[in-house]
Amino acid sequence: MPTSGLVVCLPIMRPLDKEETEKVFAKLINFIGDNVHALLERKDDPHVFRLHKDRVFYVSELVLAHASPFQRKDLKSFGTCLGKMTHSGKFHLHITALPILAQYAKYKVWVNESSALSFVYKNHVLKSGLVLMTENVPAHQGVVVYAKKESENDVPIGFGILARATYECQACEPGDIVVFHQADVGEYLRDEENLV
Amino acid sequence: MSSSESESYISEQDEIFEELEREVDQEEEEQQRMEADAEAEAAEAAADVEASTVDFDPELSDMKAIRERLETIIFVLGNFKVRRDEEHSRSEYIDLLKHDIAIYYGYCEYLVDLFLDLFSPDEAIAFFEASEKPRPLTIRVNTLRTRRKELAHTLINRGVNLDPLGAWSKVGLQIYDSGVSLGATPEYLAGHYMIQAAASFLPCIALDPKPGEKVLDMCAAPGGKTTYLSQLMKNTGVVIANDFNEKRIPALVANIHRMGASNTVVCNKDGRQLGEMTGGFNRVLIDAPCTGLGVISRDPSVKFDKSEKDILKSSHVQRELMLTAIDLVDSSKPGAVIVYSTCSVTVEENEAVVDYALARRDVKVVETGLPFGRPGLIRHRQRRFHPSIAQSVRVYPHAHNMDGFYVCKLVKISNKGSAIIAAAEEAKKKPQKAESKQSQPKEQERVPLILAPRVLEAKRAEAVKAKKDKGDKKPKRTGKARAWKGRKERKFQGKKDKKE
Repeated sequence: MPTSGLVVCLPIMRPLDKEETEKVFAKLINFIGDNVHALLERKDDPHVFRLHKDRVFYVSELVLAHASPFQRKDLKSFGTCLGKMTHSGKFHLHITALPILAQYAKYKVWVNESSALSFVYKNHVLKSGLVLMTENVPAHQGVVVYAKKESENDVPIGFGILARATYECQACEPGDIVVFHQADVGEYLRDEENLV
Repeated sequence: MSSSESESYISEQDEIFEELEREVDQEEEEQQRMEADAEAEAAEAAADVEASTVDFDPELSDMKAIRERLETIIFVLGNFKVRRDEEHSRSEYIDLLKHDIAIYYGYCEYLVDLFLDLFSPDEAIAFFEASEKPRPLTIRVNTLRTRRKELAHTLINRGVNLDPLGAWSKVGLQIYDSGVSLGATPEYLAGHYMIQAAASFLPCIALDPKPGEKVLDMCAAPGGKTTYLSQLMKNTGVVIANDFNEKRIPALVANIHRMGASNTVVCNKDGRQLGEMTGGFNRVLIDAPCTGLGVISRDPSVKFDKSEKDILKSSHVQRELMLTAIDLVDSSKPGAVIVYSTCSVTVEENEAVVDYALARRDVKVVETGLPFGRPGLIRHRQRRFHPSIAQSVRVYPHAHNMDGFYVCKLVKISNKGSAIIAAAEEAKKKPQKAESKQSQPKEQERVPLILAPRVLEAKRAEAVKAKKDKGDKKPKRTGKARAWKGRKERKFQGKKDKKE
């Protein structure tokens, strides 16, 4: 039977407050730079950020409208989960944010087949596995890691933090770390329970 | 007579002779043939007698002997009048057959009876045989991320031997053998494909969702069908994926995110209670929880686990789910389709459920649009179902080399007879009556369920504003919570005292 619903449905997800927004955008800007504007201004299909439990979701308004009638405990996910707010108040990007990061990525790193396999098992990217990278990237910049394939579209397999700037990478030893691992698509199998 | 004429005369004579000779030859040949046929028939009869001698020893323990006896009984039953042993009745043969099947294939007696009611003896044996072997591995290409040709090329480079699934599916690939684990390739992790049985493509194809619609997947985990629906809708509109089992939710969420289906909402609720929360769908898919008697090759434990009670129990849940699903669909919206599917082959869980729904709601069965499959049963033992149920589809492992599956497509004609909608209308009427009686009624907004999301958003924003205006007052604790807090503090103090 339809209850009035209003009372039950109130304590559901909410928009991010100012502090949270700053944290989320700081992380996003590290990866996609000015393209965050594109995330906010999608005229055909407006999207919004929502906090549900401790997860941050990026979701189209249409989908959000259909998610809101559900009770807080029943609702598990909607749209795309970007990451979580930790207990200490920091924001962590999750691998589920990869499609958005890959779509707007400013800085990219391409790795070879064997290095890609190693990367999806939680390892850093070494100089020896590096095939190609964006020019003039400063150190400690967020980068999206792609598996390089011949004659086909490249597959994004995760993201991380550049250990050294582009010009330093050219000079370093084969065993040196180029990208610090942050998240990889292997987590869909390894860490299924904690994704969302 | 000129020379040429005489020559032609001679040649004519020759031809006549030749014809006569041919006729004689033919007669002889026919006679020989008849004799040979008679001999063959006699031999066959002899062979029949030999092949149809059945050893009626119930304590035959050798598996090979049981297998041979099974084949013999099936052979005898193929032409019982001729091949029977006069001393034994038909029921004796059938009982022996059941006994042998139970031993050889390891089914409990109830299930043997059930399958023999469903199939003819030789088809039943084919079913049991097919249920021993695994079905071919198939994958579904995620068209949101890649194309089938591209993925096939990549996988072939990885040493996978594959082929397109068939003319009926544009997104399926059949895997023959593979050097690498298909569940761990970079393409799999990047969401380019989903490992999914061919049979579970069928309900999604039958549902045929269109971009921009509002679709519900009632029993969604682990998300194979949900992501397929999302891909058919080109990631527009909304797919609400529900599953009752909380333990299966992480897999569902992971698959949805891996495949990039961002138009989905995942919720964890009893499907039968969804009517309280939502409604007004274009299409609903119920891949109902079932006994799994169509996928014995995947889980052989059902052979002796399942009893009549289990089947009736699951049928009961399925009926409730079915009615809820029909009530959730809005007949005035485009589509208004409900697809009901199970991975079971029993009549009780399939046709009976559809028949139940047909009697209680204003729905009709329509063609599923699938290119293969056998028609749904409308007569089974003493039961008779609505004739339109023949338009639903049954898929069998021995006939189609897919999991045993049932798919039925229903279209909702009107909202008549729908409990939820009737109750909503009643609820609308009630406050009006109250208004006329009471002199100062409180203004209470009644919002149709479908519009609720937007109204709620506005309401919530107002509530937040009001809260801020009041100056962050802490919400009042309920009695229970206060008691709990007190208890906690007391406990804590007790600990402190001990320490001191």
